[in-house]
Amino acid sequence: MNPAYSVIFFTTFSGLGYGLLVWLGVAAATGVIGAERGFGFTAFALAFGAVTTGLLASTYHLGHPERAWRALSQWRSSWLSREGVLAIATYVPTGMFAAAWVLAGRNHGVWAAIGVIGAVLAFGTIITTGMIYASLATIRQWRHGLVVPNYLALGLMTGGIWIAALASLFGIYRASLLLIAIVMIVLAWGLKLAYWFSIDRGSSASTPETATGLGGAEGKVRLLESPHTQENYVMAEMGYKIARKHARKLRRWVQVLAFALPLALILATGFMVVPSWSALPMLTAAILATAGVFLERWLFFAEARHVVTLFYGAERV
Amino acid sequence: MTSLPQDMAGPKLGLVIDLDTCVGCHACAVSCKEWNSGGHSAPLTDQDPYGADATGVWFNRIHSYEVDDGAQGRTVNFPRSCLHCEKPACVTVCPTGASYKRVEDGIVLVNEDTCIGCKLCSWACPYGAREYDFDAGVMKKCTLCIDRIYNQNLDKADRVPACVSTCPSHARHFGDFNDPDSEVSKLVAERGGYDLMPEMAMAPTNKYLPPRKPKIPVTVPAAIAAGGGGKPGSGDGGPKPAPGGFLDLVDRLFSR
Repeated sequence: MNPAYSVIFFTTFSGLGYGLLVWLGVAAATGVIGAERGFGFTAFALAFGAVTTGLLASTYHLGHPERAWRALSQWRSSWLSREGVLAIATYVPTGMFAAAWVLAGRNHGVWAAIGVIGAVLAFGTIITTGMIYASLATIRQWRHGLVVPNYLALGLMTGGIWIAALASLFGIYRASLLLIAIVMIVLAWGLKLAYWFSIDRGSSASTPETATGLGGAEGKVRLLESPHTQENYVMAEMGYKIARKHARKLRRWVQVLAFALPLALILATGFMVVPSWSALPMLTAAILATAGVFLERWLFFAEARHVVTLFYGAERV
Repeated sequence: MTSLPQDMAGPKLGLVIDLDTCVGCHACAVSCKEWNSGGHSAPLTDQDPYGADATGVWFNRIHSYEVDDGAQGRTVNFPRSCLHCEKPACVTVCPTGASYKRVEDGIVLVNEDTCIGCKLCSWACPYGAREYDFDAGVMKKCTLCIDRIYNQNLDKADRVPACVSTCPSHARHFGDFNDPDSEVSKLVAERGGYDLMPEMAMAPTNKYLPPRKPKIPVTVPAAIAAGGGGKPGSGDGGPKPAPGGFLDLVDRLFSR
């Protein structure tokens, strides 16, 4: 599949923003972080900024962005529509939660409960984002049980690293926040490795023979003549291919940027003599992890093989 | 509404495509492009149409495949267009309701006034039936010539899709699959009409008729089968008019 930057940007940043909103709700409900206004303002600004720019970026993928509001109507059948509805619904409780935290300096009691409702909606929004891809039967690498867990783990990982980084920036040092970041990195890393292991070994039920219905029981079908000399929309959009050796190299870069370096930096903060020194490595870890997830999302598209390519000469998907 | 209609009671309109008689002339694709450039989905735009990298929206694409089924390898021309599935994922994934399946005849259409051009329907379609119009910013697809088949201004004989009316080898047939006595239903029953990619579970309406088996069995000349020659001009035991050989086959073919 053609990796469209608008969609990669959207899923990376909305995952980060909703992940951060989940952890803000959890942190307030468990009393891990009090209603510190400077931290609250920065964290909510980042969360809403990431979510909103992500959603706006997704409209760049549209032929008619001015009609985007129509996408909220078909939640009965469409995961994309459900994603839009939940994404906007999440603004309501999280907006109230943020206002109470930043303006009134309150994040406990009823406000914490509203924060938890916001966290649940944010969690649900990440699930619907993953389901947009996981619901497509045409792409084996997407119709996969680990796609939604991967989206969740990576969103909660980037959100978890960012909340710990911003907390340390405002002098809030909590072992539990570091633990969340570390556990999420290990979990997301494991899930990504399991996903790659699985898609490398699986095979599609669709072949050039099932696509054309030709070849009988053991015959082979080979494209002799393409319908046209130039690439058409279907070939450009669905036929994007990445060489296996390049994919291998990029997978290593994803692991270094998204998982290994952030993990090393966060562990290193445990040895900081002066706690305030940890802000810089924590923020570096958060930025690297975000860049790593951006690359991961690019690969998620580039490695996806669509069954329509079987009509255009692909031997397998 | 992009939820599929539950009370489909009317006809089930679609095409039967005969892979035995298709000659791969692309006339259906050209005729389709011509009609639909002025029809329901008009204009079917092209980008850089006279340049080196021309591209554009076409509803029919004609592939040619080499099929190796044992001793009888053959070339099969393969027209591909929207199959107007009974369970079209392109409809259910649509977030706006622009993509829909008509309850009255099962035709799958796009409402270009509400399509936002998110392209998700084209990702959901296994058959490559949907092509994005970069100029209009909306998705386009085969309409089964909805502006011909019900068109009172046309002669009754012409109320078929443009691809069907133009096909010089009678490889395309249009009709109601819910009527067991229709031409398309009979063809499917007689010739073993089949679905493309049945494993995708989209239940396509359009059916393909397989190439017929040769009436005269094709046999491989003994000299070639033995790997002992057959090199052109080498004179080392190429095809001989032996019984069952290649020239014998030609002889029998032209003696019919």
